[in-house]
Amino acid sequence: MFDYQFLIEVLVGGLLSGVMYSLVAIGFVLIYKTSGVLNFAQGAMLLFAALTFVSLLERGISFPVAFVITLAIMVVLGVSVERAVLRPLVNQPPITLFMATLGLSYVIEGAAQLLWGTQVHGLDIGISDVPLDIAGVFISRFDLFAAAVAGSLVALFALFFRYTRTGLSFRAVADDPFAALAVGLRLPRVWASVWTASGIVALVAGLLWGARLGVQFSLSLVVLKALPVLVLGGFDSIAGAIIGGLLIGAIEKLSEVYVGPLFGGGIEAWAAYVVALVLLLVRPSGLFGQKLVERV
Amino acid sequence: MIKSRYLKFAFAAAVASVLATAPAARADEQFFPLQSYRVGPYAAGGTGFFGGFIDYLNLINIRDGGVNGVKLTWDEGETQYEVERGVEVYERLKGRPGVAAWNPLSVGIAYAMIDRITKDKVPLITINHGRTDSTDGRVFPYVFPLLLNPYSETSGIVNYIASREGGVDKLKDKKIVVLYHGSPYGKETIPIYKLFANKYQFSLEQIEVPHPGNEQQSQWLSIRRAKPDYVVLRGWGVMNPVALKTAQKVGFPADHIIGNVWSNSEEDVIPAGDAAKGYIAITTQASGEQYPVLQEVIKTVYGAGKGNLDDKKRIGSVYHNLGIVNGILNVEAIRIAQAKFGKRTLTGDEVRWGFEHLQLDPARVEALGAKDLFHSINVTWDNHEGDGRVTFQQWDGGKWKVVSGWIAPDWAFLRPIIEKSAAGYAKEHGIKVRTSGDEAVSN
Repeated sequence: MFDYQFLIEVLVGGLLSGVMYSLVAIGFVLIYKTSGVLNFAQGAMLLFAALTFVSLLERGISFPVAFVITLAIMVVLGVSVERAVLRPLVNQPPITLFMATLGLSYVIEGAAQLLWGTQVHGLDIGISDVPLDIAGVFISRFDLFAAAVAGSLVALFALFFRYTRTGLSFRAVADDPFAALAVGLRLPRVWASVWTASGIVALVAGLLWGARLGVQFSLSLVVLKALPVLVLGGFDSIAGAIIGGLLIGAIEKLSEVYVGPLFGGGIEAWAAYVVALVLLLVRPSGLFGQKLVERV
Repeated sequence: MIKSRYLKFAFAAAVASVLATAPAARADEQFFPLQSYRVGPYAAGGTGFFGGFIDYLNLINIRDGGVNGVKLTWDEGETQYEVERGVEVYERLKGRPGVAAWNPLSVGIAYAMIDRITKDKVPLITINHGRTDSTDGRVFPYVFPLLLNPYSETSGIVNYIASREGGVDKLKDKKIVVLYHGSPYGKETIPIYKLFANKYQFSLEQIEVPHPGNEQQSQWLSIRRAKPDYVVLRGWGVMNPVALKTAQKVGFPADHIIGNVWSNSEEDVIPAGDAAKGYIAITTQASGEQYPVLQEVIKTVYGAGKGNLDDKKRIGSVYHNLGIVNGILNVEAIRIAQAKFGKRTLTGDEVRWGFEHLQLDPARVEALGAKDLFHSINVTWDNHEGDGRVTFQQWDGGKWKVVSGWIAPDWAFLRPIIEKSAAGYAKEHGIKVRTSGDEAVSN
């Protein structure tokens, strides 16, 4: 007899994992939306933020002070990246910018290890991961907390984009950078702000992922989890990143549990990419991405 | 601190460049080329292992003036655990005079070197890892998976579980899940667990975790549904702490998770926090700094400011102690070979002979200051593993505590399987199987 309770457990677990993927994907979307750059260094930024934070904690600095210092460092990093890497490459083809961020990811990873060492660290953010038993279905308290943080972050960004002048300029640049430039918006300032926002997302995601995996080099690999989310949800939609994350999380877990045994297991890593690839063929801009129409 | 690290780095680079162009080593030196990895994803393990190895070589140089007057030297090439870089370092350093042995601590690099070191006649040491069938010295004269190969590890874990249940006959009808890393390393023991399941009549399920293993919700939900008595964790890197954390999420007790030899370090448990408390893992060398040899390293090497670890808190950690034991085995192989060939710089083939006569009984291990650090080793020309014993340690949230005696794997059961695999390799590669270890040593 089919075990529906188990199905629900797998589904809920997948959706909650998906929220974690969304957190990483949002960082990509912010940059892509306003500058058209697929920032491959997002994972390295996440590692850098988490490693900086935990290293400060281990030097006896309190949690809130360490958070503020790391935030400041991420702001400086974001602005520096814009100044030193992106601004000189303005008007270059997208592949050039992508390669620049690829190189940047190695530089940031190397710098993180040079500054803070190569040791792995535990990170306790005070959320117990003892499961909640709801009618026989185990639900992770930590994942619920992560979902609440991700939800709050999205709500904050939504309010920011809608009701602040900077948010409005982000949207203007995203819609049409040349028109935005024509009406007097200063693109470098907008880009610096958006890299800063992306740094903040990296910090939040870094703390949550760091608490989940430990703070170690492989944190930078979580970008691989965000890529199918972006393909599915669209590279320029925050809502798409959230829904894409939920879908990918659920697909991964359900496929691993119910289809995996037919292939000897271990399929979840590529099952998500199969779905993303199929969608790419049908809808290249993703479920929520803007359709690019070019006049030729 | 950071400044001093930069200075050290600059100094090391300068020294390395001088060494790279240095003339032939003096006649009384024995050289260890080290394919280390001190940056990149596996740097935590690399710094610990190579740190321990170098600390022991330094101890021999400072305390004894080398091995019977032959000074031990080394040079490092950074591999970042990548096979291509490992081979590049091999090609760069193989021409240095007096190469004693290669110790890459990497399955991938070791595999890529087998043909090369066989041609160059220099031993390749793969302590606790490597090809299982390289245990058969008749086919692999220059490869030494010292102390423990993956099949012996499997047997050691099954024997430990049996001891907890009250004997191998109590394994009948028990259920064991093996959670393995989705890589050739992770999959290597699949058929061996099946053999033991048939032999002892326990129920077995083997579940793969895709690399790198940073997401395991579905695997652990499947485990919860399967309700096993034990889970064997055959992990690597980030997979290990994530397994422990996810086990906690689904309510599986940590003291019923048994980690393999690459899931047994501080780096595997510290990131998991409280979820790792009670977790048990196999090891060939105990952790801690209470052993006389470790005390000597602290006093003599770190006292002289020549310690290799930046963070002294890591002295006595699992990887550091593995490096120390690896140092003991390399140095003793040289000492044994010197007794036959003379107290001078040896050729790689002569050091190979030393490894093939590396017999350290518990009394000799105690004399070396390593009693209870590791048990013993008995390498012969056709058994390159050397019948290492294993022990099990439990993480208490702050350190590992030994919770078993020294357990012997079922070597007699495994040997025919190893010989069959080695014979297949010999046939495939056209290798003439040795019938004796007494052949002349080339110079």
